[in-house]
Amino acid sequence: MSTQELAGWGRTPRRATRLLAVRAPGDVAPIHRAETGFIARGNGRAYGDAALGCTTTLALRGLDRMIAFDPETGHLAVEAGVLLADIVDAFLPRGFFPAVVPGTRFVTVGGAIAADVHGKNHHGAGGFGAHLRDLTLALPDGTARTCEPGSDLFAATIGGMGLTGTILRATLILRRIETGWIRQRTIAAPDLDAALAALEAADRSTYAVAWIDGLARGSAQGRALIYRGEHATLADLADLAPDAPHLPPARRGALTVPFDLPALTLNRWSVGAFNALYYARGRAGAGPDRLVGWAPYFFPLDGIRDWNRIYGAGGFLQHQCVIPKARSRDALAAILDRVSHAAPSFLAVLKLLGPGGGLMSFPLPGYTLALDFPANPANRALLDSLDAIVRAAGGRLYLAKDARQSRDTFEAGYGAAATRFRALRREIDADGRIASALSRRLGL
Amino acid sequence: MTQSSPTHKVMLLVGATSDIGHATALAYVEAGWDVILAARDAAGAARNAADLTARTGRPVPVVALDITDTAAFPAFVRDLPRLPDTVVSVVGLLGDQARAQSDLADAALVMRSNFEGPALLLGLFAEHFAARGSGTLVGVSSVAGERGRASNYVYGAAKAGFTAFLSGLRNRLAARGVHVLTVKPGFVRTRMTAGMPLPKPLTAEAAEVAAALFRGAEVTRRDVVYVRPVWALVMMVIRAIPEPVFKRLKL
Repeated sequence: MSTQELAGWGRTPRRATRLLAVRAPGDVAPIHRAETGFIARGNGRAYGDAALGCTTTLALRGLDRMIAFDPETGHLAVEAGVLLADIVDAFLPRGFFPAVVPGTRFVTVGGAIAADVHGKNHHGAGGFGAHLRDLTLALPDGTARTCEPGSDLFAATIGGMGLTGTILRATLILRRIETGWIRQRTIAAPDLDAALAALEAADRSTYAVAWIDGLARGSAQGRALIYRGEHATLADLADLAPDAPHLPPARRGALTVPFDLPALTLNRWSVGAFNALYYARGRAGAGPDRLVGWAPYFFPLDGIRDWNRIYGAGGFLQHQCVIPKARSRDALAAILDRVSHAAPSFLAVLKLLGPGGGLMSFPLPGYTLALDFPANPANRALLDSLDAIVRAAGGRLYLAKDARQSRDTFEAGYGAAATRFRALRREIDADGRIASALSRRLGL
Repeated sequence: MTQSSPTHKVMLLVGATSDIGHATALAYVEAGWDVILAARDAAGAARNAADLTARTGRPVPVVALDITDTAAFPAFVRDLPRLPDTVVSVVGLLGDQARAQSDLADAALVMRSNFEGPALLLGLFAEHFAARGSGTLVGVSSVAGERGRASNYVYGAAKAGFTAFLSGLRNRLAARGVHVLTVKPGFVRTRMTAGMPLPKPLTAEAAEVAAALFRGAEVTRRDVVYVRPVWALVMMVIRAIPEPVFKRLKL
């Protein structure tokens, strides 16, 4: 048992917490009975303060065992600390893939459920929670409860940020695939309207996401590259790359960011130059379908270990909002206006989401924009001003990325759902007992 | 891995519920081996066996074994469905040095779990392997066995005994087709050390230990493997410090 400083993937804020390692499923109930003010933590990939316990944090990575797999149905039962990376490694060669994956495969199944993570297929497939047969939760008093889609507890746990109990295990419904390749088509959009139209037109593609140039101004504002993707079939492979193996060869020697880069490395000029080159290259390659391996398609940043260090020792903040479709265009333009005049965002991703699955799930029908900024006072002020735009447009922020939104912004975005969520927390006696730095900050 | 012809080779894993043990089982199963898990904690071993089966679709049997019950070893070996091709012992009990200093029973348990039990069991398999003319024995020992230090010399002494035993076994059986590998992991990041501040360059992941173990045992057929080669250097320095100086160090 040790007290130590913990942070999320964004490396800010840092909080002192007792860290208790869970080694087997039976370890959880005694901790629930003995502790108060605790939260479960998976692989620490939530960006902000979602997985920092108020007093105690349960390290769940020890629950990393798979339990059973049925190749007939694709149903895979796993403990909550299993990484999506482990599932891909074990099941891609057997012709199965997780139905939903976020931008990194180094998240646990428990974390993916708690944040109801979304992928490039949210517009068609929904979130991670939409592909579960059941999940088992340790309730605040330690009792294990298995729940299924349709129950209130299930709905509150999907996207519930671990605040309904500690997720112990779940049964995932994997999707069948024929190859480890993605058939990708790149569309270059010269401005924001074109980018939104291209994403709208891509809604029948299985996967669709846009990289957006957050620094382009004027008539080029919102220029983007839209990546549409389908799982390549054996026929696609025979067509496009007859000599390629069914599984892309593993990438060797992932790059590592070995130390915190000086805060000046990412500035308006370096990011601007990168963006211009990247857009030009993407536009040149737009057009015909080409095959991309599953790893660079779904998880480009996983190829760079510890990429969160490129923002310097002070950490970084990600701002990911979703804006209802009818008001997306103007709100996004307003956000890009602010950002392009204030601070460069190295990462800028735009995507169309469908309706959310769980009670507190982030998605709603509309566009989501994710931007990264080094954590400093000027950027915090900038993000506050972006929040005002999001609030006015009826949008909300993604809790898994959030480290700093105000209660007002949170209430404006999640109000009715949050009220029902609080009521359910009181009902199961989670209120006050299961608590993270995030739940305390937002008054959940 | 090109060297092993899969399907029929069998590895018996002794101490199957440790992190290094489970990672080792996974490395062997993924390389196409049949694996048998032996452990005292039946529920823990069954949990690991289910994991291996879910990942690979291959059945993984579990057998009960208490490493301190040496009298039961002959029957244990006799009752195995088949004499394994490889036996790997990852059994280890770190214990608590402060307690072991005053509690004889506790110290004895550390010594028996780290030395007596694993050595006698591997020694027994060595007889069967020598008679058959083939087999691989792998003992996971420790860099702690290279020099007694105030902070963990009960554990270290037991590991030193185990290392010496494996060395003797190797010396005796080298000409008889039996390969003996000693693995010294150094610091390992496991669920037990999760969150502890271990020096990164000196700390291996359990999967890294397993990969080095599999390679050393089945591919390159090494005698002694330091999972992180830097440890060979570190221990060379530690061994070279003269005792009059060493005894005054805080280690």
